[in-house]
Amino acid sequence: MTATTFPSPVAPAPVAPAPGAIRSRSPRGYAVGDALAVTWRNLLAYVRLPELLVFSTIQPVMFVLLFRYVFGNSIALSDPSIAYVDYLMPGIIVQTAVFGAAGTGIGLAEDMAKGLIERFRSLPMARSAVLAGRTMADSVRNVFVMVLITVVGFAVGFRIHGGVPAYLLALGLVLLFAFALSWVVATIGLGAPNGEAAQAAIFPMLFPLTFASSAFVDTSFMPGWLQVFANHQPVTVIVNAARDLVLGQPVGWGVAASVAWSLGIVAVFGPLAVRRYRRAA
Amino acid sequence: MTSPATTPAIRVEGLTKRFGEVEALRGIDLAVAPGTVLGLLGPNGAGKTTAVRILTTILRPDGGRAEVLGLDVAQHPQAVRETIGLAGQYAAVDENLTGRENMRLIGRLAHLPRAKLRPRADELLDRFGLTDAADRTAKTYSGGMRRRLDLAAALVHRPPVLFLDEPTTGLDPASRSDLWQVIGELVAEGTTLLLTTQYLEEADRLADRVAVIDHGQVIAEGTPTELKARLGGTVVDLTLPDPAAAARAAARLASALGLGARLDGSDLEVTVPDGPRTVVEVLRALDAAELAPVGLAVREPSLDDVFLSLTGHRTEADDPPGDADSLQRGAA
Repeated sequence: MTATTFPSPVAPAPVAPAPGAIRSRSPRGYAVGDALAVTWRNLLAYVRLPELLVFSTIQPVMFVLLFRYVFGNSIALSDPSIAYVDYLMPGIIVQTAVFGAAGTGIGLAEDMAKGLIERFRSLPMARSAVLAGRTMADSVRNVFVMVLITVVGFAVGFRIHGGVPAYLLALGLVLLFAFALSWVVATIGLGAPNGEAAQAAIFPMLFPLTFASSAFVDTSFMPGWLQVFANHQPVTVIVNAARDLVLGQPVGWGVAASVAWSLGIVAVFGPLAVRRYRRAA
Repeated sequence: MTSPATTPAIRVEGLTKRFGEVEALRGIDLAVAPGTVLGLLGPNGAGKTTAVRILTTILRPDGGRAEVLGLDVAQHPQAVRETIGLAGQYAAVDENLTGRENMRLIGRLAHLPRAKLRPRADELLDRFGLTDAADRTAKTYSGGMRRRLDLAAALVHRPPVLFLDEPTTGLDPASRSDLWQVIGELVAEGTTLLLTTQYLEEADRLADRVAVIDHGQVIAEGTPTELKARLGGTVVDLTLPDPAAAARAAARLASALGLGARLDGSDLEVTVPDGPRTVVEVLRALDAAELAPVGLAVREPSLDDVFLSLTGHRTEADDPPGDADSLQRGAA
């Protein structure tokens, strides 16, 4: 800046516009641009805090190695023709996406505690942008982690049996589910006083969903009462659909059921999260 | 204070807000003329932040009206947001972004045209002395720098009405006076400002008018000079060798000069109407009674003195521990 005089930061002698004459574009007109601005901001955090990315990638890699080499040989499958590593990988991908969704809620709780949400709420930006920007940034991270896990999986013997398009469809189903879950954890995170509290509230919900599912084990070996939950909860539905696609088995209604679960969750928790965001301060 | 011809830039009438059991605002009225500064003075939990949050559309009022530039904040929140800037108590900057990136983010979200974003950010960073730190993450900034960045971000879209919620709380004296200077310049350029503060000195320095707020009500309003005049101007703190001497000194000041004194052990607090001149008379009167103070301090009245005189209670003493401002965070 070489300017020697500052332009006045104000419109001189502010005159109230008549309410009918407000030229502001509706906030919806800005929804995409605002969401992208917030997405950019959230992704920069991964650049500035490389440890954030390291932790969100090391953990799934450890899970791959743990289940492939430590637990894998002791886990029975009802269909012995399937290699456990091929059974495992779709489960790991879903588990990573589910755990990753926690970041949405924790990040929102931290933004609230630091007063950032308050600043955003005083700006003429689209009301949806803070939440949409958060979930979009997390989707980008999920894509990155999925690619990484696929590579690691290939290194330890994982192979795609259903063709690449089916594999991409499986990843798409998981991404959609992660997107849906991030609205659930956003609802929780916006009610938490800080990031730690959000984390404490979110993980007890994510753990049973992830482990009492078909992600790592065959549910038919679980006690009957647990099978009732495990076979009907959404993580199992998503894992089974992704697995059938990866293994090249007939997927039946799995894809439709997965999409229905994800859309249903968004339909319920999307408005809840937005409502909480509007009220939170 | 406003002639009928000028519409106030900020107008508040009978505003009420309650958080559960806590009545944060019990019907406050305020008016700020365009281009002037109103200082909202009060202790923690008085309702200052709640008032600012309603005026900046973050909270909805339970009752009453609040208008910014003639626009009702509850009915036209989006239009209000385009005319206001807010710098809150918490220096709401993103620690993982650099100073420049923070400016860019807020500029984009305030819908500044892209072509104007960069020069505007550079100009403000320069003005707030942040050019050298512009490409460092805000995490590395000092408290004063964060506040300056926060304020710079609030100005990015040139809002004609600015809200500053305790802008200097927690800052060291040098950073505080830096910030005062910048705020003074903004006001000189015509920005309408509503400022909350716990410090009378700050209100005195920046505000054209001051509204004193306590337990959700405005309990006094006027220019800083008027408010201080109501207090009697200057406070003289005297310390005498022992409580008996202090009691005799108080009696002597009452009889010789007609001054009231507050006695606390061997300490004496005397409020005098015309500053240093009366201090000489106070000392002469004590000397004549052969009372020699061991300590003497002359100071401007503090917020605590204003409070004591207006409400009969000290600012801290009877504040409930869970005050309204902190409760409402938890109530989210």
